[in-house]
Parts: sequence; C-alpha cells; structure tokens
Amino acid sequence: MTTTAVPAAPSADTPALDVEGLCVDLSTPSGRLRAVDGVSFSVRRGRTLALLGESGCGKSMTALSVVGLLDPAAEVTGGAVRVRGSDTLRMSPAERRKLAGPVLSIVFQDALTALNPVQPVGRQIGEPFRIHRGLSRREAREKAIELMTRVGIPEPRERARSYPHQFSGGMRQRLLIAMAVALDPDVLIADEPTTALDVTVQAQIMRLLRDLQDEREMAVVLITHDLAVVAQRADDVVVMYAGTVVEEGPVREVFSRPRHPYTRGLLDSVPEHAVRGRPLPAVPGSPPELSAVPSGCVFQDRCPLVRERCVRERPPLRASGDGRSAACHFSEELARA
Amino acid sequence: MPEIRSGSATDAPRADGPEVPPPLLEVRGVTKTFGGGRRRLTALDGVDLRLGKGETLGLVGESGCGKSTLARVLLGLERPDAGTVRFDGTDPFALRGKDLLAWRRRVQMVFQDPFASLNARMSAADLISEPWRTHRDVVPGAKAREKRVRELLSLVGLRDGDAHRYPDEFSGGQRQRIGIARALALDPDLIVCDEPVSALDLSVQAQVLNVLSELRERLGVAYVFISHDLSVVRYISDRVTVMYLGKVIEHGETEDVFDRPQHPYTAALMSAAPVLDASYAGGDREIQLKGEIPSPFDIPSGCRFRTRCPRAEDLCAAEAPPLVVRRAREASDPHTALCHFPLEAESAWA
Ligand SMILES: Nc1ncnc2c1ncn2[C@@H]1O[C@H](COP(=O)(O)OP(=O)(O)OP(=O)(O)O)[C@@H](O)[C@H]1O
Ligand SMILES: Nc1ncnc2c1ncn2[C@@H]1O[C@H](COP(=O)(O)OP(=O)(O)OP(=O)(O)O)[C@@H](O)[C@H]1O
Ligand code: SF4
Ligand code: SF4
Ligand SMILES: [Mg+2]
Ligand SMILES: [Mg+2]
Repeated sequence: MTTTAVPAAPSADTPALDVEGLCVDLSTPSGRLRAVDGVSFSVRRGRTLALLGESGCGKSMTALSVVGLLDPAAEVTGGAVRVRGSDTLRMSPAERRKLAGPVLSIVFQDALTALNPVQPVGRQIGEPFRIHRGLSRREAREKAIELMTRVGIPEPRERARSYPHQFSGGMRQRLLIAMAVALDPDVLIADEPTTALDVTVQAQIMRLLRDLQDEREMAVVLITHDLAVVAQRADDVVVMYAGTVVEEGPVREVFSRPRHPYTRGLLDSVPEHAVRGRPLPAVPGSPPELSAVPSGCVFQDRCPLVRERCVRERPPLRASGDGRSAACHFSEELARA
Repeated sequence: MPEIRSGSATDAPRADGPEVPPPLLEVRGVTKTFGGGRRRLTALDGVDLRLGKGETLGLVGESGCGKSTLARVLLGLERPDAGTVRFDGTDPFALRGKDLLAWRRRVQMVFQDPFASLNARMSAADLISEPWRTHRDVVPGAKAREKRVRELLSLVGLRDGDAHRYPDEFSGGQRQRIGIARALALDPDLIVCDEPVSALDLSVQAQVLNVLSELRERLGVAYVFISHDLSVVRYISDRVTVMYLGKVIEHGETEDVFDRPQHPYTAALMSAAPVLDASYAGGDREIQLKGEIPSPFDIPSGCRFRTRCPRAEDLCAAEAPPLVVRRAREASDPHTALCHFPLEAESAWA
C-alpha cells in the first residue's frame, strides 16, 4: 500500500469531522487557564452543525484548534480531531498543512484582516491551486476568476486585479468564501461569517454558503451567537458555555424543548419572543471570566434551578438516547416544566 | 389606494382644532454633507423626524445610511447644512452661553461600545458624577451628589459597592449600565442610543433593554434607538423610521412598519432578518435584493433604491418618488413611505 498525502474522502455515514474531548489551555500573565474544556461534536457531509454561545465561551478557540491555527499562547492539551479516519492532533505540522484547503477550511468573521491588503485578490484566491495542485500562475488565475464568478463578484476579470480595500464588506466576505471552498473541502468552518454585515447582505452570504454546501456536499460548522441564524440554517446545535458543551441535539428539538437552563434562558431572553411593554425574562448576571469558572456546574451562579449538588459536582454531558444530550443534574425537571 | 402627496416621509399634516403642543423633538429637512468636489458625500438628505415626550423612536437602515450622523445632529455635535431641528420648539443651534448649556443637559447619549466610551481611570462614581462638573447646579453639594450617585446606580441595577470600582472590573453589561447612569445624571428628556446593546451578550442584552424600558416608565425619558437588530427595535420602539442612503424612506407605528411595510426596501429588510422559529421556511418568504448599497458618492437618479429594488420600473429612474400616506391611528403621525409603487397593505409579497 502506498501512503497518499491525503486519505480518501469519508463515505456518507461516517462523520466528515469528529471532535472528541478537546481541551485547550491558555498561558496568561496570571497563569494557565482552560479555555476549552472537553468539547465533543461531529458532523457529516452535507450537514450543518452550529456552535452557539456567547462571547468568550471558546467557539473560536475550538475552531482554530480544529484547523491548527491556534495562537502561540494557546495549546491543545487533550482530545482528538479526526478527519478521514486520522487524528490531526497526532500529525506532523507538514501533514496538517496538506489538509488545509482540500479537507478542512475556515472562513473568518473579519474579512478585511483575513485578506492580504497588498496583494490583488485574484492572486490570493488562485494561491491554493498553485500550492496544492501545482497549477501555473495563469491557470490559477483562470480558476480564481471562475470562483469569483461563482460567488457573484461582478466583472471578475477586471476585479481580480483589485485590492481588498476596493471591495465592500459583503464582497470581501464572498472573496474569503471563494478562497475557502477553492479546493472542495470536506468540512468548511465559518466563524461568525456575517456578524459584521448588514441584514440584507447577511442573507445573501448565508444563501451563498448554503448553495455551495449543497453543490459540493460539504459539512459546515457554523459558529455564531445568533439564535435565529442557528434556527434557520443549522441541522444540529452545540450550545457552549464557559468552555464546555452544555447542550446538544437537533436544532428544532433543542429550541422547542431545551434541556439545559442556560439554553432555556437564552431562548426566553430573545426580544422576538417578547411582548412590547413587558419586561424580558433576562438571565441575571453575566458569563464567568475564564479565571473564575466555578468548579461545580459552570452555570450555577446564574441558574434558577441551582441547589447544593450543583455546587459540589459538575454535571457531565449525558446522552439521553434520542440524539440529544445535556449537562445538567436536573434536566428532567426542565423537560417537565 | 393610499393617498399620494409630495414631501418627505415624516411630513405630517397639521392636526386641526385646538393648539397642539410642539413635539419634544421635530426635525425637518435636515441635510448634512461631508467633503467637497468629487468627494462630496450627502450623509443626510432632507431628513424629517418627530418624537413626543416619553416616546421611543427606532431608527434602522443599512450601514452608512446616516443613522449616527443624525444622532450627532440631534446632540448638537454636528451642524446641519440645511433644515431645522426644534427641541420643545427651540432651535438648539441658535442657543449660546447659558441657554446652550441648559439645553445640552436635556439630550444625552448612550454609545455602542461600553469599553471604549468609559475612561478606564475613573471609578463608576467619578464617571457618573463627571457631568456635574460642567452642569454644577443640577445636583449641588458633595453630600447630595454622593446620594444621587447611589440612586442612579440602583436605578440601573448596580449596587452601592460598585461606586468605587473601575470599568475593567465590570462586565460589558454592567459597563453599559454605567453609561446609562451617566446619561441619566443630568435628568435628560431625550437619550439617543446608538447601538446600545450590539456589543452585549444575548443573555445580558435583555437586562439592559429592561433597564431602558423601566426608565421610560418611571422617568418619562424619550429615546431615539438606533439598532441593526430588528427584533430589538420592534420590542422597544413605539414608532420606527427606516433610512436608506441618507433619506427617510418609511416611517410609522412599529406594528405598521413591521407587519404592513409599504416601501420595498423595508419589506426586504424585514424579510431578510432571520427568525427564531426553526420551522419557518426562511428562503420562501425572503425578498432577495440584488447587488449592494450604491456608493454614497454616486447616488442613483430618481429613487435611490432602484438599483436593488425588485419592483423598479423606468419611472423610478426618471422621477423622484412621491410620499405615500396611509392612514394611521394617530392622524398627526401617519404611516408614510417614499415610493412610486408601494406595497398594498394586504398583499405582503408572496
Ligand atoms: N490570545 C489570547 N490570550 C488570552 N486569552 C485569550 C486569547 N484568545 C482568546 N482568549 C480567551 O479565551 C476565551 C475563549 O475565546 P474565544 O475567542 O474562543 O471565544 P469566542 O467564543 O469565539 O467568543 P466571541 O464570540 O467573542 O468571538 C475567552 O475568554 C478569551 O478572552
Ligand atoms: N466626519 C465624516 N466625514 C466624512 N464622511 C462621513 C463622516 N461621518 C460620516 N460620514 C459618512 O456619512 C455616511 C453616513 O455615516 P453614518 O456613520 O451616519 O452611518 P450609520 O448609518 O451610522 O452606519 P453604521 O450602521 O455603519 O454605524 C457614511 O457614508 C459615512 O462614511
Ligand atoms: S446542574 Fe444545577 S446549576 Fe447547573 S444547570 Fe443544572 S440545575 Fe442549574
Ligand atoms: S420608487 Fe420604484 S425603485 Fe424606488 S422603491 Fe419604489 S418601486 Fe422601488
Ligand atoms: Mg470568536
Ligand atoms: Mg453608526
């Protein structure tokens, strides 16, 4: 058997990406902190998984660990990230680089900083073809123009010579997406891809992502703090809080009958569900600092159901056999309420 | 068929009968340009607004449509090139000296970024009492000031002990409350909120929205509330004004604008916002706009929305659209839009 650079693509029912027990530690001036604490999820081709959570809960760290782009201050200290049957965390940096593009790909929130400001965009979009497929500069350019056409950039042949600052925010996000899907990855991670954009442009970008996903059968991991985006776009959702997964399952079921008090609190506090003139049912307090995550249940300081056991013992993420899991000692009470 | 008149989207008919008191705020035909020559940009183009005491006006529109510029005009920080601003019937830009100072305290601002807008070296108490250094007679005397700081802290849901803490010891939501307490220190009649909850976590956003609503009930403060989050605007506002490229294109009561939009841009905006109901087939009802907002240096002729409008016809390029008025509960503030081919109330486009 010969060793190929990139192992074969997964079949339809094995996950395209399988993350298990991922832990990430941060070195800070005040010591080591755990930013991601045992996060697991998996996603199949053609499906969309949303990582939902508020600022600082570890969504981006999780994503960056998966694609191997963590900041030097952060370090993966445990777990596995499997694609095409092998654990990327055990690969050499060179092996990992080969996966970036044809297997795993990421789109960041901030398109302006993610693009190189001093290089024409056509050259940047064509680059993966030169690196991974050994195409000539001219061939790569043609590929870039094809992709720019696909993501809806008008006059792509002329615009390929323009620099990033000459594009609007929405167009820059399209360019990033073009670059990310260039090599037909199995898994596309989109980290808040539309947060900086206007509502109507957001909708265009989401539509583009969906079309590309359908056409290429990609697995998509969509990172967001927007419940409505999750509701409309994802099949499954992983709800994160303070570096941990607190609830997981199919979006429709989780959103209609949450089993974790935090998920429930989030859903209740959305103004869309509120009546004008009546107070919003707000969750008191705010998410904990990384340095002050309590040792029992991570949500105990804000939980309306908290009791002694929650302070003593951290609830594990328990699967309930119906494709759903929750990390709460008393999730049955919530299910009944 | 809606009535058609010329004018702009908030150009309300004068009510007949007894003398109506002037609204708290009335803005007419405000125009503001920046730069000159080929780089001349019209940020506000004949904007009208009106707001009564204790009311909340939501202001929405895409990035760069002029919302923050309008906010700065309302605060007196930016002088319009044309048009009038009347606050309780007086023109703030004509005020000088003491009168100007007296007006300044009546209009306050809450900014988007609670991190950048608070001086990190001042304690919460210093931050809240700072406005009294300029406006000395609002709360005279050190004792009274201390007491008032405590009252303000409790009004926004913070504790006495928080008075001596510094911004970096507070969470985002708490910092935003300090910003609100500071705005309240001068007992304003109007608070202009420019994206006040956008930087906050969802679970914390609700707390701040509750503080703002409660203050409206208890103190009768009016708000101009700028936000790109339509569900927030719908929740908090009595009326909504929609802007596009420097112009008000629709105005009316919140329910009317959200549920029976007349302007194609408003309809598209409302339909593009994702909704929480997971069983909702978003794509089916979404009105898809082509292209992106045109450059503000190169505003299209006729109707400025025509380059993206699914209803555009030749007329839209040739002629500026008329003001369409639909009757509302309050005759003095009808539901208006600027469009040649407005949507009929009943036929939300399928
Ligand atoms: N380079 C760094 N140094 C120190 N702390 C960091 C660094 N990067 C991230 N953190 C911290 O790690 C935690 C997780 O950060 P992460 O960026 O994953 O959050 P997130 O869920 O993506 O939040 P957001 O929604 O704000 O993007 C946060 O508390 C953050 O402050
Ligand atoms: N001081 C200035 N000099 C030149 N142009 C300006 C200035 N202030 C604003 N503009 C321009 O005026 C237009 C309106 O800007 P404004 O900040 O009011 O928009 P906005 O609706 O608040 O947008 P956003 O939603 O992004 O905050 C924009 O095109 C902006 O670039
Ligand atoms: S374990 Fe206890 S504190 Fe944690 S979410 Fe459940 S009830 Fe609340
Ligand atoms: S005037 Fe014409 S282009 Fe403008 S919004 Fe109305 S239909 Fe569309
Ligand atoms: Mg992030
Ligand atoms: Mg603004």
